[in-house]
Amino acid sequence: MKQITTPISDDVIHDLKVGDAVELTGMMVTGRDAVHKWMMETFIKKTRAPQGDDLQVYEELKKILNGSVIYHCGPVVSGLDTKEYKFVAAGPTTSIREEPYQADVMKHFNLKGVIGKGGMGAKTLKGCQETPAVYFHAIGGAASYIAQTVVKVHGVYKMEFGVPEAIWVIEVKDFPVVVTMDSHGGSQHAVVEEASKKVLDDLLVR
Amino acid sequence: MRDLTNEILELIRRTSSSLPPDVEKRLREAVEKEEPGSAARGALETILKNVDLSRQQSTPICQDTGTPIFYVHYPVGWSTRQLKEQIRSAMAEATKRSYMRPNAVDAIYDKNTGNNLGGDDFPYIHFEEVEGDELTIELMLKGGGCENVGRQYSLPDSGLGAGRDLAGVRKAVLDAVHKAQGQGCAPGILGVAIGGDRGSSYIKSKEVLFSEIGARNPDPKLAELEERLTKEANEMGIGPMGFGGKTTVLDTKIVGLSRLPASYFVSVSYMCWAYRRRKMTVKGEEVIYD
Repeated sequence: MKQITTPISDDVIHDLKVGDAVELTGMMVTGRDAVHKWMMETFIKKTRAPQGDDLQVYEELKKILNGSVIYHCGPVVSGLDTKEYKFVAAGPTTSIREEPYQADVMKHFNLKGVIGKGGMGAKTLKGCQETPAVYFHAIGGAASYIAQTVVKVHGVYKMEFGVPEAIWVIEVKDFPVVVTMDSHGGSQHAVVEEASKKVLDDLLVR
Repeated sequence: MRDLTNEILELIRRTSSSLPPDVEKRLREAVEKEEPGSAARGALETILKNVDLSRQQSTPICQDTGTPIFYVHYPVGWSTRQLKEQIRSAMAEATKRSYMRPNAVDAIYDKNTGNNLGGDDFPYIHFEEVEGDELTIELMLKGGGCENVGRQYSLPDSGLGAGRDLAGVRKAVLDAVHKAQGQGCAPGILGVAIGGDRGSSYIKSKEVLFSEIGARNPDPKLAELEERLTKEANEMGIGPMGFGGKTTVLDTKIVGLSRLPASYFVSVSYMCWAYRRRKMTVKGEEVIYD
């Protein structure tokens, strides 16, 4: 088991290979569908003009995300009334929905990885090689267990996206993940997809 | 009429935080089949730790507390209008208590209602009058990750070489499992409906998931296909979380429906390992939870 703390250096990323079990510690943010679309349209492609506190949030995010990771997660959070936030349940959501955005978001913010489940496609894999970054796979549905590794919620941006879609700034300790896409072009998902396709083809002619 | 709001709140708490014993048993058996030290085994071990922890703490097994699907079987004399109000109040309270994540998002304006009450159809409630004097309320929570990998086929499908018979159904279901890979949070449970129209077929493919793991269709032909599909799905080696491994599907459940002469639908609902379903029975003054 490797222990890695954010911010992460490029050397540490290059050392990671598909199959490595890792425990992550440090600051990161959650972000999923609405956040990736918002980042892409407002700051990367600039097809939408910044509104409200967009620019202020962007400046904060640039600092936090440089060398860190985005966690694809829509948590259950308690303390919404008092703003004494606590993560109650916080497993990963399916990452592939961010495939159109992820590589660009990685490069723009110098992410060293994303955490999610189900893996991602060729465009993100190429982004992992270029940035460099890796895909960390968390255990889908292990929500109470992962919530325990979130030791502090530092704050939240874009609450107007709703609790699951907001940007939660969190500090984690020993968050367990597995590298399933690395910065050398390796992808466990591509390997399993291909191997299972061969078996499927055999089954279909049986 | 009796107010069951608190009892329904308890049903929601149990469903969200305590995995049913039949599912947990299958997961515990699955761990033993994976290689020691493999990512697949590690995933299942973490899943089981999470199952224990969620139950102890009354916290959601999965943060995606899903679409709440209620099936209410009521004897004559109950008001479905009042029961619906009670279910909706219990759902809002469960959200406040963090048993549920606010999950109802207006599809046009992207606004989360914050309390799990969408329009008339969220939560989804099915009412059916029954004989006798027992009221039962069943609840299933089906997460979005696994819902997204569900598929519907209109047979014949020339790409798969799938005709309008059970051999064709088999090919369609295996294709659905392959396309899902680990994205529906494998190991999953398959609900399959054969026939119906596009709507009824999908609904029945979920309804069949209320039955116990291992319960076979009374028709021997379908029972055999259920077992064969589970076995062959596992041969694909997709494994827990899609990491590669021996357990991809824990069970398969098939229901046969009537169809139009022109239509032959096969609907596959994929249920994630966090197969959350619970039942409460109201007998006179007594309320029993399964």
